[in-house]
Amino acid sequence: MEITLMLNGKKITANVEADTILLDFLRSKGCLSVKRGCETSGCGLCTVLMDGKPILSCSTLAVRADGHEIFTLEGLRDEASDFVDFIADQGADQCGFCNPGMVMNTIALLRENPDPTDDQIRAFLAGNLCRCSGYDGQLRGIRNYLNSRNI
Amino acid sequence: MEHQEYKSVNRSVRKKDAMQLLLGSPVYTDDVTPDDALVVKILRSPHANAIVEKIDTATAKKVPGVVDIYTWEDVPQTRFAIAGQTYPEPSPYDRLIIDRHVRFVGDVVAIVAAETEKAALKAMKLIKADYTVLEAVLDFRSAKDNAVLVHPEDDWFPPCEVGGDPKRNLVASEVDAAGDVDAVLADCDIVLDRTYHTKAFNQTMMETFRTYTSFDRYGRLHVVASTQIVFHTRRILSRALGIPKSRIRVEKPRIGGGFGAKQTAVCEVYPAFVTLKTGRPAKLIYTREESQIAGSPRHEMEVRVRLGADKDGKIRALDLYTLSNTGAYGEHGPTTVGLSGHKSIPLYTGSLEAYRFGYDVVYTNLQAAGAYRGYGATQGIFAVESIVSELAEKIGMDPTEIRDRNMIREGMVMPAYYGETANACALDRCMEHCRQIFDWENKYPVRDMGNGKVRCAGVAMAMQGSCISNVDVGSATIKLSEDGTYNLIIGAADMGTGCDTILAQMAAECMECDVDDIAVFGADTDVSPYDSGSYASSTTYITGKAVEKACGDLKKRICTIAAEMLGCTAEETVFGGDCVQQRDKDESVSLTDIAYKAQVGNTTAVEATVTHTSPISPPPFMVGMVEIELDKLTGQVTILDYMAVVDCGIPINPALARIQAEGGIVQGIGHTLMENVTYDAKGKPIESSFMQYKIPTRLDMGRLTVEFENSFEPTGPFGAKSIGEIVINTPAPAIAHAVYRATGVWHRELPITPEKIAMSRPDSE
Repeated sequence: MEITLMLNGKKITANVEADTILLDFLRSKGCLSVKRGCETSGCGLCTVLMDGKPILSCSTLAVRADGHEIFTLEGLRDEASDFVDFIADQGADQCGFCNPGMVMNTIALLRENPDPTDDQIRAFLAGNLCRCSGYDGQLRGIRNYLNSRNI
Repeated sequence: MEHQEYKSVNRSVRKKDAMQLLLGSPVYTDDVTPDDALVVKILRSPHANAIVEKIDTATAKKVPGVVDIYTWEDVPQTRFAIAGQTYPEPSPYDRLIIDRHVRFVGDVVAIVAAETEKAALKAMKLIKADYTVLEAVLDFRSAKDNAVLVHPEDDWFPPCEVGGDPKRNLVASEVDAAGDVDAVLADCDIVLDRTYHTKAFNQTMMETFRTYTSFDRYGRLHVVASTQIVFHTRRILSRALGIPKSRIRVEKPRIGGGFGAKQTAVCEVYPAFVTLKTGRPAKLIYTREESQIAGSPRHEMEVRVRLGADKDGKIRALDLYTLSNTGAYGEHGPTTVGLSGHKSIPLYTGSLEAYRFGYDVVYTNLQAAGAYRGYGATQGIFAVESIVSELAEKIGMDPTEIRDRNMIREGMVMPAYYGETANACALDRCMEHCRQIFDWENKYPVRDMGNGKVRCAGVAMAMQGSCISNVDVGSATIKLSEDGTYNLIIGAADMGTGCDTILAQMAAECMECDVDDIAVFGADTDVSPYDSGSYASSTTYITGKAVEKACGDLKKRICTIAAEMLGCTAEETVFGGDCVQQRDKDESVSLTDIAYKAQVGNTTAVEATVTHTSPISPPPFMVGMVEIELDKLTGQVTILDYMAVVDCGIPINPALARIQAEGGIVQGIGHTLMENVTYDAKGKPIESSFMQYKIPTRLDMGRLTVEFENSFEPTGPFGAKSIGEIVINTPAPAIAHAVYRATGVWHRELPITPEKIAMSRPDSE
């Protein structure tokens, strides 16, 4: 079936199967930052923004994006660049496979709450698993960014 | 030398690939390989032990888009091992690509190759397999000499003699001892006899196993895989497929985590076989469920420890017996088990008069185990550190003091560690440092919070190695470009740890340039100099030393060309980073000019390749302390603070070393409190997704503090030892200790879930 959506600021029209998963659709459109880490909506790797809200693209049908606006990290690199530098300085990127989902959810967090506490950051990002970093380095990076902004 | 000021090493440099990873560049196997490859799917056995009597693929092959389906009748009959180890592998050759005898729930029954995933999945449902279901060995305690054999086949082959006997379900067996352990135990005031049990924890790296294969422009098999071991994978594929290594190229792009799982060629052989048969590109991406049930997790071990001590807390004898469950196939079985004794007992070298360490490694009809960060040391250290804390609590001695009294110290010879000397050991300083920052004196006492909750603390020490001594080989090639920058080419695999960056830091230090001036490439069997691969905590220590030596060699070559230009001898020149100077004269030539000269009428190669190995494996050391809050009603354990002090020699990149420690600690917390591995009565694994296999989220790990106590390892590059594995070893014994403080119960089996805590009663002893 035919769907029309705004993908990273560009209007696209595509034919998809009724059971095409949004994650697979986005990857087929070159948005390779979107990663699959599980099949049970349990890891947060595939997080994208639909109409500005973070969703799991692994458990969303592509047809659900019809008439909506989707952003992947490919379309939000400038916004992400503001804070990912600070995560890089901690070495907390590590293997990187969870990074796009975590970065997308952090963008959503900072849009909703520009000055979150550490506990608010932990709670908002709780659904983004990472097996490498132990999470603290990611938190330090975000905290350092917030502190740099508040000076 | 120890206090030398470095420009590039011992500094927290940002990872070279950091911005690509953080901004989602397409750098992983599935991102960098074409989508028009055949989709490869594996039909897996529903039975733990069965013979495939009949398998009918005719209907399945008619599904539009299905290209071919392979069964046991289609594959070569040469047994091989998929463990990534130096030849001759200690792991037995006990696998076929598809075996008629399936040995665990999840074993391979058929390989489907199709144009689309949909077609492949549909075909899988239409394959009709008839099985003769056999009795299965599901309890590793009864596996040895069981009437049911996991590997009854006659062509089972051990490339190394490690005491295995498939007719007894034994993969390996050994006893090692020093001193008369029975006599010392008989003479001790106190003898504790305890048994500890750890499970087959899963690495759960975020990127599952995956491989792309195709024929390249020379008709060679080109393998792009998420692997820690490009060279071993090439050797494994060569044997399994029966084609020469010259016809195989294996490379890895960025890797989405490994933790040892990708030190085994878990999935490479299947798409490679499809490409070989069809001539077409093929791609296999494991689902999370496949990674959980048919991956390469930690060896389940049961460690019985007998500890003999004087009543004043002097630990005189340790007697360990480890029973290790390798599952259906023997990957890493004979080697992981050794670390359960050899990397736990030496912690108490300070006072030990005798030790004995014996083990059996058995086959069962469960998922095959493999390499996981810590590699057996994790299991052994849980046992030894727990029993030492049990001793301390029994005799009423502070558990940090009992360790002060007995621990390994710098300069001591470690009989249980292959007779090596602890040339660099700051374990004593780690303990003192950790006690201070943790405030052990005030946190160790049990504090009732008055709301049904208690707070208390636990402690543990750990060690690991830095490489497999006399086995691991690391190499580095460094070459000069005409603008005075360098290419560093390695065969080690950066799986996210940052080894590309730290090796570049070492090269920059040696070549007196910026880290940005070193471009790193690896790993690719066609291009990289030979390296055993990234495992066994070896990359910093072994490949790092190769980098240091290669740079020394290259500097000499640069000076040779410069000498020609200066009209003097090479001995009269001094390498100065961006130039080479004539000693005691003002004459010099710039590095750029030398590099250009190297491309004109020149016979001296401006590149150097050096290979390094080590006769010793210097252990890093560590102390971890945990403060928990335990809800006595529900058994819920909340980690409040985890503090660790690590001696990894000189940290080459302190930020990355810290992240290694933090990540390892959180994995260890997961093993201890929430990650469980259970099977139903027929051997089907229960925890097959993230819904059941619960790894820590960022709400589960409390506050982490990691600090360092430097030692200087004279044989390591810039004094470095290793950091990657040791960091996973302290949480289990430290948390089990804290739980005992809160409840009066020693939990000797992992994980220690709230249910177990709530249901437990204090020990009668």
